[in-house]
Amino acid sequence: MLLREVEYAKPGSVAEALELLAANDGARALAGGQTLINVMKARAASPDMLVDLNGLEELRGIELAGDGTLTIGAMATYSEIMGSAEAKARPILGEVCATIADAQVRNRGTIGGNVCSSDPTNHLPPLMVAVGARMTVVSTAGQRDVPAEDFFLGVYLTAAGPGELLTRIAIPAGKKDAFAAVTLGADGTCICNAAATVNGSVRVALGCVDAVPVLVTADSPEAVGDAVRAANLMPPSDVHATSEYRTHLAEVLATRAAQEAAAR
Amino acid sequence: MDVTVTVNGTTYERDVEPRKLLIHLLRDDLDLTGSHVGCDTGNCGACSVLLDGVLVKSCMLLAVQANGTSIETVEGLSEDGELTPLQQAFNEHHALQCGYCTPGMLMSATALLRENPSPSEDEIKRALQGNICRCTGYWNIVEAVKSVAK
Repeated sequence: MLLREVEYAKPGSVAEALELLAANDGARALAGGQTLINVMKARAASPDMLVDLNGLEELRGIELAGDGTLTIGAMATYSEIMGSAEAKARPILGEVCATIADAQVRNRGTIGGNVCSSDPTNHLPPLMVAVGARMTVVSTAGQRDVPAEDFFLGVYLTAAGPGELLTRIAIPAGKKDAFAAVTLGADGTCICNAAATVNGSVRVALGCVDAVPVLVTADSPEAVGDAVRAANLMPPSDVHATSEYRTHLAEVLATRAAQEAAAR
Repeated sequence: MDVTVTVNGTTYERDVEPRKLLIHLLRDDLDLTGSHVGCDTGNCGACSVLLDGVLVKSCMLLAVQANGTSIETVEGLSEDGELTPLQQAFNEHHALQCGYCTPGMLMSATALLRENPSPSEDEIKRALQGNICRCTGYWNIVEAVKSVAK
């Protein structure tokens, strides 16, 4: 497939990348490219310039702090997270990454790309909300810290706006997490998914049911079903599931994820 | 833009447009037509190559992104006309029908066996998840990979 003509820049630093993004309205950051290149083929996105973030060491790396906080560079690939000894501190991260697409995609696709594309069927947005991740967003004006629940603003829309970059994701310590999904084929696109974490109370973030992950909290896994019903979900219908069926799946998957998380 | 890539041990320099996908550099500019374009949507894996040893789909990468890398394609597997044990196993197990997916299957299985010389059947199936055989000849493909697993 021939893409529309596009300029290509490979900055040597985050600062240079930010200048390029700020100076060019039609510029777009290129992370792993496992979504962006394909939507460019379909002309669903036609950036004038791609600012390639591959090669920026500042955006890589997975670090584990003394208090158990994991800091993951936005350009860490799913495969790197799966293979990282540090990332095992929060096992759910590698477990969910291992269920995204296939080996080739996992070798290129990045955690930052997954969350910044903010596709409602993606795995990582609900997971980031459930585990209480904090996103570091930078621009030429400075740096800010955005909680995951405020990061996702809409379909394909996040708090990392034009001229900004997500650089790192900080994830607090924890082990009692689980992820449940109904997918199109093994490790395929999610029809509905739920990420749960238990830390005293239960936090469940539901994916595929709204433009952004829907956070539901409950005192116990047994109470999650009622909490999901009380959220009055109005998910979209498509060829894979009606709105009613997706609502049903949300309750089932939220309960399943919460029970599994509590049992860990 | 000038791009320098080493493919199967040979270094090439080409002037390419940024919009050119890596698969088209390989096939159209370097005449290495072993890697196939199956779906052009990133689903089928027929274009899979090893980029600095990492398995990728070359239709989801710009050619300019491969600048300075070392690439292995299906043409580079055999040495001096001798098939690799994996290629021989594909032959013996009739692991190809139309053969269109075979280059990608071989690259994915090669990447698997380098990382894990003794994969289980489940590990083989998961490693080939990103490669679609539209003849649905998966059984013999898995049998072929199994036969060379240590």
